[in-house]
This record gives sequence, structure tokens and C-alpha cells, in this order.
Amino acid sequence: MSNNLDLKKGLNIPIKGEAAREVIKTVSADIVAVKPTDFNGLVPRLLVKEGDSVLAGSPVMADKMRPEILFTAPVSGTVAQIIRGEKRKLLAVLVKADGKQESVDFGAKAPATADQAKDLLLKTGLWGSLIQRPYGILANPEVTPKAIFVSSFSTAPLAADTDFTLGDSLLDIQAGVNALAKIAPVHFSVRKESYSSTPFHKVENVVSHLVSGKHPAGNVGVQISHIAPIQKGETVWTVSPMLVAAIGHVVNTGKLDLSRKVAVTGPAAEKPAYVCALPGTPVKDIVDVKGDVRVIGGNVLTGENLGADGYLGFFDDQITLLREGREREWFGWAKPFRPKVHSSSWCYFSWLTPGKQYDMDTNLHGGPRAFVETKCFEDVTPMDIYPIYLIKACLAGDIEKMEKFGIYEVLPEDLALCDYVDPSKNEIQAIIQKGIDLMIKEMA
Amino acid sequence: MADEKKKPWWYSTYDAFDTFLRVPGTVTAKGAHVRDGIDLKRVMIMVVIALVPAALFGMYNVGLQTSTLYGLGWGFWRMFFYGLLRMLPLFVVSYVVGLAIEFASSQIRGEEVNEGYLVTGFLIPLIVPVDVPLWMLALAVAFSVIFVKEVFGGTGMNIWNPALVARAFLFFSYPSSMSGSSVWVSKTWAGIPDVDAVSAATPLAIAHDGAFDAATGAVGQYSFMDMFWGFIPGSTGETSVVAILIGALILVWTGVASWKIMCSSIVGGLLVGWLGQVAGATALPCYYQLVMGGFLFGSVFMATDPVTAAQTETGKWIYGFLVGALAVVVRLWNPGYMEGMMLAILFMNTMAPLIDHCVVSVHTSRRAKKALNA
Repeated sequence: MSNNLDLKKGLNIPIKGEAAREVIKTVSADIVAVKPTDFNGLVPRLLVKEGDSVLAGSPVMADKMRPEILFTAPVSGTVAQIIRGEKRKLLAVLVKADGKQESVDFGAKAPATADQAKDLLLKTGLWGSLIQRPYGILANPEVTPKAIFVSSFSTAPLAADTDFTLGDSLLDIQAGVNALAKIAPVHFSVRKESYSSTPFHKVENVVSHLVSGKHPAGNVGVQISHIAPIQKGETVWTVSPMLVAAIGHVVNTGKLDLSRKVAVTGPAAEKPAYVCALPGTPVKDIVDVKGDVRVIGGNVLTGENLGADGYLGFFDDQITLLREGREREWFGWAKPFRPKVHSSSWCYFSWLTPGKQYDMDTNLHGGPRAFVETKCFEDVTPMDIYPIYLIKACLAGDIEKMEKFGIYEVLPEDLALCDYVDPSKNEIQAIIQKGIDLMIKEMA
Repeated sequence: MADEKKKPWWYSTYDAFDTFLRVPGTVTAKGAHVRDGIDLKRVMIMVVIALVPAALFGMYNVGLQTSTLYGLGWGFWRMFFYGLLRMLPLFVVSYVVGLAIEFASSQIRGEEVNEGYLVTGFLIPLIVPVDVPLWMLALAVAFSVIFVKEVFGGTGMNIWNPALVARAFLFFSYPSSMSGSSVWVSKTWAGIPDVDAVSAATPLAIAHDGAFDAATGAVGQYSFMDMFWGFIPGSTGETSVVAILIGALILVWTGVASWKIMCSSIVGGLLVGWLGQVAGATALPCYYQLVMGGFLFGSVFMATDPVTAAQTETGKWIYGFLVGALAVVVRLWNPGYMEGMMLAILFMNTMAPLIDHCVVSVHTSRRAKKALNA
């Protein structure tokens, strides 16, 4: 039995560089990083020291407040270096791989109860894959969520095609879902447009939803806000399908395997295709970065600027390469036609070329201004909220209004398109994150 | 913003011209890594483009009215260039005074110059009598930019439409230059001595005095089609329905202005016009309200200013409807002043946040109820 959700609002950004559906290489990196910065709301406590040997699945760090939450190494090898930043903040633990990829044996056994399921997630280091809403933080093991949401697809620009990356992991996904379902009902959404070709509608033991629409229809937050809006005091968890498969893999084999197909995408990618890699793999092992190019872990809307010396993040199944757009275009805004620049606004003529994919770069295309045109936010936000009021409440730091206008339902990623379309070039995601940080501080 | 060094006094002006010529080379620092090509410069220039048909026709009409009234027998180009030459100083004064204040306040606030004045500066000459003394115009522009815009924090923060406030300032401070029946046809530079000024009332004023011929449908000497095409005295930009509709088409097509506000304002005006006719307040059919005076110009270009209008979509319907309705109420049930558009829009600018507040409150309480039932 599935429920239909057809979303009308939204925008698919037509950017060049979609990954071809083939795996062109498997990266077995020499050095793999475990980064506490991948996990929102984590204060890490280090469990290893340089020279310790680890297996895939050996704990490397834990949450300081809740030491039962472990974070584990994705490879076997020895701890090579511990990188700290300002005020000795832990930035990364580098593990030198021994090439054997031996894993801790967690025992191939499906959890029978919620406690067993939680225990499995905690000790394997997969607890970190649970994101707690509201606020989008590391889940709290003491809380039982109202539901767990999994969106089997992403509508983000050039996102990895989960039908391709996870299509052959259906057994793992089913086992992962079964484990999660011990904790709370699992809601699983499938893309309506690809219903006939996707294997995901075969997943059982879930409340399934058929979702259609432009980006951000695939965002789990948008789906939650239509299926079961989060109220004050409620908690839901979300997990990416890739990590559900990783959970299922542990259940089925007893081994931790975080390797994934990573989509290398973007206009600056020489050959956009998939590579197999572990989280924490150095960027330079995955892609060749030439020239003034930005390496983004994730998609162009919400991804993190990893830098050419960075490491693939825990949640990343995509890398996007973008040219830095530092050149200054003469009379850019005044030209009647600007065929190289995309605009969703009808003030330009992009609507004449609906199928065109653009060679985008990181230029801001303007300067920061006060809010003027605000209907564009509503047009790309398929949620029952008034984005501009929520944004202004966040700017004002008004807790009561943020609650009223729906701060519990959103994460910055759900309003990422507002960043894109705003003619006043405001940093909407940063504003929402600031609001969320304030909520966490005040409501704690 | 990154460099903390104090900027030289000319920096804002330099930066404004620099970014006017070339798109800034700034790259995204946080949030989305790619951005839409749209910026406020493009949005604002779209409004200016939409105003051009009304401005061009208005220039021609300035010459036409002078030539007709004083029997000068000018040809088309003479009429147009007379209007162009009369309008040019107004544009120059409007932009120079307004932009100077904009540049100075941007410098004080340490922000980039906002493009909002591109539109305001173009609108002001179109909504004042063409012979308004330039010093009055300068004063009105300065008042409106400083006290209506900059003190609130610049474009995007203002409560009232700055162009309309400039007009209101002139209207209340210098009524003899702004109203009556002798200000709407230009005579300066046409070689007409002041003493020979002929009065040329606008159709709105004629209709107000009851000179409507129900048989021919004419208001005084002006037929309905005269008013539709715009061959009547009035503010430069407001007379031609056709030119304004071309502008409206551009604004709606590009999505810069809300069609909801335009439509609901027209519906509001028609409804009250019809009620007025039924109640006997006027003999004019309701659609005459649309072709006379500044009604359509106000509905299309002034009421739709995204900053001062209602911001919620439901609120836009209510706001637009009340603008149109109030404007015609003032026209029909006001003994002294026959044009209601300016004050109707300014009043509704004041009320817009209240409308939005109500709409958003209803929305949030509906959300809360839905949550209780869920």
C-alpha cells in the first residue's frame, strides 16, 4: 500500500556533468580519514593513539556526552596521524590502510528487538548514519523516534542515481530496513517517475510513499513535512538509503563495509562517471583536480567545499567539480541574451532552451542586497510554510516565531534552492542554520 | 566586506559604477555553490524597460497636448521632441539627486549601492506634471529618498513607495503646481506667456464636475478611445492604457510584478465603480475608472512594488483589491479631490504588513490545528 505525494513546486538546476552509469575505477586508498566534522552535533572523544592498529569496524572515537555512540574505522590498518585544528579541535584521524581490509566480526544476526538493533548500530559505528530531526543532529539513543524516514532517491543536481548505485544491494537494504523497523516504523519513499524501473518498490516492512516532483521532492525533510509534520517535542530520524544498505550488510554478513559508488559529477569533471571508494578517501585519489576548481563533497546546493586535499565525507556518495567563476563579465546583467548563464527567472531567456545543460561556475552573479523579490522562495519550497517569514524569524533570533513558522520541519538543505534563486544573493541556508543553532542552545 | 580597512569616501560610488559595467567576480563562500544569473540589477532594469512604452508615449503626448491646446499645429516629431526635451531635465534631476543620496547613504551604511532607485528615479518624472519646477522636484526626491527609504535602511526596508511619497510631498506642499486644471499641459518652452495659460482639465476632473455625455460616451471633449489611447492631459506616464498594458505584459511575463495585485486592483476598482453607478454617485460606467487618471498606472507599476506590497500570495489579492476599491471610493465620494490612486496605494502600503500578519496568523493556526488532528 503506498501513498502518493505529487509536489508541484521546486526546480531542477540544469547543470552539466551528469555521471555516466558505469564504475570506472575502484579506489583503494593508502590513507583513509575518519572525520568527526561529518557529524552534526558530535563532540568527539578520541579512543586511539598514533600507531594503534585497527580493523574495519574498530572504534576510533566516541561521543563525549554519550560514550556508547562509537565511530569506527572503515579500513584495517594503523592509525597514522591525528589532525587537530585550533584549540586542539579534533579534525581527522588518519588511518594507513594495510590493504587487507579485515573487518571486526559483529556476527551475522538480525536484531530481534529495538535494543538489539540500537546496540548493533552503536557498536558498528553506524549510529552516526542516523540524523535526528528537528535540527539535523546526531540521533540520541535514549529517544525513541516517532518514525524513521528513508528517501530512496535524490533529486539534487547531478545526484548519484540510487537505482544504479544501490540497485544490486536490495537484500542489504531490506535487512537494514528490518533492523530499523525494530526501533520505529520505517517510511520509505520511492520515486514515482521511475516506478517501473526502480527495484526499491519491492522493499517490504515499510510504509511506502510514491513521490514525484522536481528538486527538493527527493529531500526527506520535504517528504516528512507532507507525510507527518514534526511538532514541538517530536523526534524523527532519517537515514540515507546508502547507509541503510551498510546497516543491512552488517546484519547479513557481520562485517562493516562502507564502500560506495561515488558519482563524480560537475561541469569541471573530465569524465563524469562513478568510482568505488570508502568514506575518508583522499579527494586526490578519486579525482584529478586541475586548475582553479572547487571540489564539493555532495551536490552543488548543499555540499561541502572539501578542497583538493580533503577527504570524502561519511555521507557523501557524490563529488562535484566546479570551476571557480572569478572572471568578471562585461555588462552581464544588462545583456539581452546570456546564453552561458542559467536563470530560473523569466527576466532572462533560459526558458527558450529548456533542455540545455549549463556549464556553471561558482560566480555569485551579483552582490548582497536586502530582500526585495520573495515570491521566488515560495516557488521552490514545496512545504506548507512561508519561507520568508521563517528566514526573517531566524535573522531576528525570535524563538517563538521560528517555532510558529516551522523551524522544526526544515534543515538548511530543504531551503537550499532559495540560495540559488534569490536575486538579492542572501545566504538562506546559513541563516536557517543559525536559527537552528539558536534553537538547540535555547531549548537544551 | 572581508577587508576591514576603512573605505575611502568615494568607494560606494566607484563600486556602483564598477559593478554596473562588470558583474562582480565574487564567488560563493557558503551555501549553494552555484547561483542563478538573476540579480537585482536585472530585476530593476526589467521594470524600467516595462516603463519605456509609457514614457515614450507620454513624451509624444506632452507635445500633442501643448500643440492642440494652443493651436500650434506641430508635426509628430516636433511634438515628440518637445516632450522629450521637457522630460529630460526631470529625469536628470530625479536621478542626480536621488542617486547622490543613495551613494552617500550606502557609504555610511557600508553596503553596496542598491538598484532600487533605478526604478524610483524613472517613475517620479512620469507621475508629476511636466512643468513642475525642478527645485520642487529635487526637494521632493530628497525628502522621499531620505525620509522614506534611507532612514528605514534602504531599498527592501521601506514601508511606502518612495516615488509615490515624492508625489504626495509635492501635492501637499505645493498644491498650486500639482493640481487644478492649468498644470497638466506644458507651456514652458512652447513660447506661451504665463498670462495666456489656458485651462485644460483632465477627464477625471471633467467627469467629477458631471460633464459626462451618456449618449456618446464622451467625457467633455474626450471620447472613450481618446482616453484609452492616451490623447488626454495628465501626468506624463499615466495617460495611455495601451502603453501601460504593454508594460504590464512585460512585468507579468518576467514575473517581476505580481499579476495578482494588478488583477485584484482592477477588480476592486470595477466593483466600486459599478456600485457607485448603481448608487447614483456617478453616471460613468465602471470601466471608465480604468482609463482615466492614474488608476491603471498605479495598479501596474506602483501598487506592485514587491517591497511595499503585501508579500503573501493571499495577502496580494486582498491588498490589490483594496487599493483599487479605495482609489475609486475616493474618486466618487470625495468632494474636493478627484484622484484617489496615490493615497489609496500609500494607505495600503501602510496596511500591507497588517494584511500579511493576518494571512500568516491564519496559516499558522491552521497548521497548529492540523497537527492536533494528526
